[in-house]
Amino acid sequence: MTTSTHREISTYVEGVGLRGPGFDGWASSREVLAGKALYQPQKTTFAVPELLPAAERRRSSDITRLSLATMLEAISAAKLEAASLPSVFTSSGGDGQNCHAINEMLASEDREISPTRFHNSVHNAASGYCSIATGAMAPSSALCAYDGSFGAGLLEALTQVAVDNTRCVLVACDTGYPEPLHSVRKIYDALGIALVLSPEQGAHSIAKITVSMTDAEADQLEDTVLEALRLSIPAARGLPLLHMLALKQPGKVVLEYLGSTRLAVAIAPC
Amino acid sequence: MKPLLLSHYTMTSCIGRGLDATLDAIRQQRSGLAPCTFETVDLPTYTGEVPGVDSVLIQRELAEFDCRNNRLAQLGMEQDGFADAVRAAVTKYGADRVGVLMGTSTSGILQTELAYRRRDPVTGALPDDFVYAKTQNTFSVADFTRSYFDLSGPAVAISSACSSSAKVFGSARRMIETGLIDAAIVGGVDSLCLTTLYGFNSLGLLSQQACRPYDAERDGISIGEAAAFALLERVPVNLGENAVLLLGIGESSDAYHMSSPHPEGLGAKMAMESALKMAGLEAADIDYINLHGTATQTNDSAESKAINAVFGSYTPCSSTKGATGHTLGAAGGIEAVICALALQNNLLPGGLNTHEVDPALGVNYLLQNEERPITYVLSNSFGFGGTNCSLIFGRAAE
Repeated sequence: MTTSTHREISTYVEGVGLRGPGFDGWASSREVLAGKALYQPQKTTFAVPELLPAAERRRSSDITRLSLATMLEAISAAKLEAASLPSVFTSSGGDGQNCHAINEMLASEDREISPTRFHNSVHNAASGYCSIATGAMAPSSALCAYDGSFGAGLLEALTQVAVDNTRCVLVACDTGYPEPLHSVRKIYDALGIALVLSPEQGAHSIAKITVSMTDAEADQLEDTVLEALRLSIPAARGLPLLHMLALKQPGKVVLEYLGSTRLAVAIAPC
Repeated sequence: MKPLLLSHYTMTSCIGRGLDATLDAIRQQRSGLAPCTFETVDLPTYTGEVPGVDSVLIQRELAEFDCRNNRLAQLGMEQDGFADAVRAAVTKYGADRVGVLMGTSTSGILQTELAYRRRDPVTGALPDDFVYAKTQNTFSVADFTRSYFDLSGPAVAISSACSSSAKVFGSARRMIETGLIDAAIVGGVDSLCLTTLYGFNSLGLLSQQACRPYDAERDGISIGEAAAFALLERVPVNLGENAVLLLGIGESSDAYHMSSPHPEGLGAKMAMESALKMAGLEAADIDYINLHGTATQTNDSAESKAINAVFGSYTPCSSTKGATGHTLGAAGGIEAVICALALQNNLLPGGLNTHEVDPALGVNYLLQNEERPITYVLSNSFGFGGTNCSLIFGRAAE
């Protein structure tokens, strides 16, 4: 495979959202990723989502809360209305806590799982709750490509922007898995990245990104602690792109996707 | 949109393996639903179980993928020469130019349900032979399909509950149109598991008999399992007149409730209108609608309101879930295949199990098969989280 045979797709990044271990929003995280502030790992936090009606707020799980917080940060930075924006949600496996609770129940004498547990078990739970929160009736997709879920989401969002000529918000989120699932899926904490993408350059554009398929080696993060984070939470496979956005310099980065199939991203700050 | 060709397609469900068996069941108006005997399930409900899934052998180099969902996937893709058609497309375009976009809601979750019964009594650990990544993970069936055909292009699982394998057509269209790929394997695979059976039971949505879509006395769904596959390619210059084309896709969100549709069917209406717009068609052009028609009170009521708003009460429609059951993440895929069969065989399938169409729904619901030439059909798929997708297929013009 050579990149030359592949079509390149370009889009403009208008807003970024980031929450994760030691990342509490894009403004402060950008300083860390640019090497201007020290990375101080601590457990991921995200606020209770005020936008959700009380019943949904009560039923919402961490992956929904993280997705909503990350998405709203990116949309707010882009100065857009969430209600009219198509969305792409991608997660490497969804809500591990809920999955554990259901499986534990189904293995017991009493298999009467609760309705809330059940509807929270769908992979598009975050997508559904977020649309209820924002009132967005625009299309919303829910994807999974295991460790390549960030790359899969980026491709889906890019093709929406390019083909449907629309803005789109990409939301890539993972949350931790409890034991015994943790032993087979070692995600220790939550991390979410959101990007608002636009087909055209606008007042709030941060950078133009151009993406193509490649088999070149994936880029690593220089900071060893951040590199460990990149490898330990699938959504963090997008951090090298955010690192480049934080530097505000033109450059190229190769993101992990599916095995030897990777994504080359050229970044040109606006 | 630029139309796309369904160059090959196949489906396997409780009404049969492959197209011939499926078409025969539709012609005979034969349902595959039966009282549930699946696994240790003790619920008074009907299911659409595919016979023989347990005896499918996954090839040794893909053994890590072994689970009911991937066995059903392999059984499905090996019908009707579909796998050979994919291999021919790979030869033509290259292994990196054929994408895989598969819909599923629960993937191989049954494997995890079974593993949880075998946890170490002291440590609580899951058994060593449990391979989460290749079985339970939502990506599993797309990963399995990609590995089965030794592909190196894009692959993704789309998992938006019961719209999953309708939405794969939308994502494949965009990917082909950008030039990232030349062909796409799209489809959906979902298999019986305890999570969905006990989950829908908890919501009071399981019927105790074979589901009766659009019936005045409808009282819930029957869960089925199925595998559907289609190969999507750009439309070639020379096209047979019986060729089936994907003409339009409409997607929307209800933004209303996690497990109930918008009561007026607003999101469903938007999806159907978007699909018509993309296809460049008027509502009156559609000859048949394959309904989402789950047989719950709320779905059929909301969907019928949306149908009335867009089409009025004239357009012939039916739900084929009385035959196949609701195959959840595979529903959009098998119903796309049923639409293709309808177009190619001049056959509008009558809905099964329904005795008296609910007059309050005000739609032209077919109880008997009708045979006549048709040109354009629409298929609806809606899901939890308020996700909606409508597909329009057409027979190629002469």
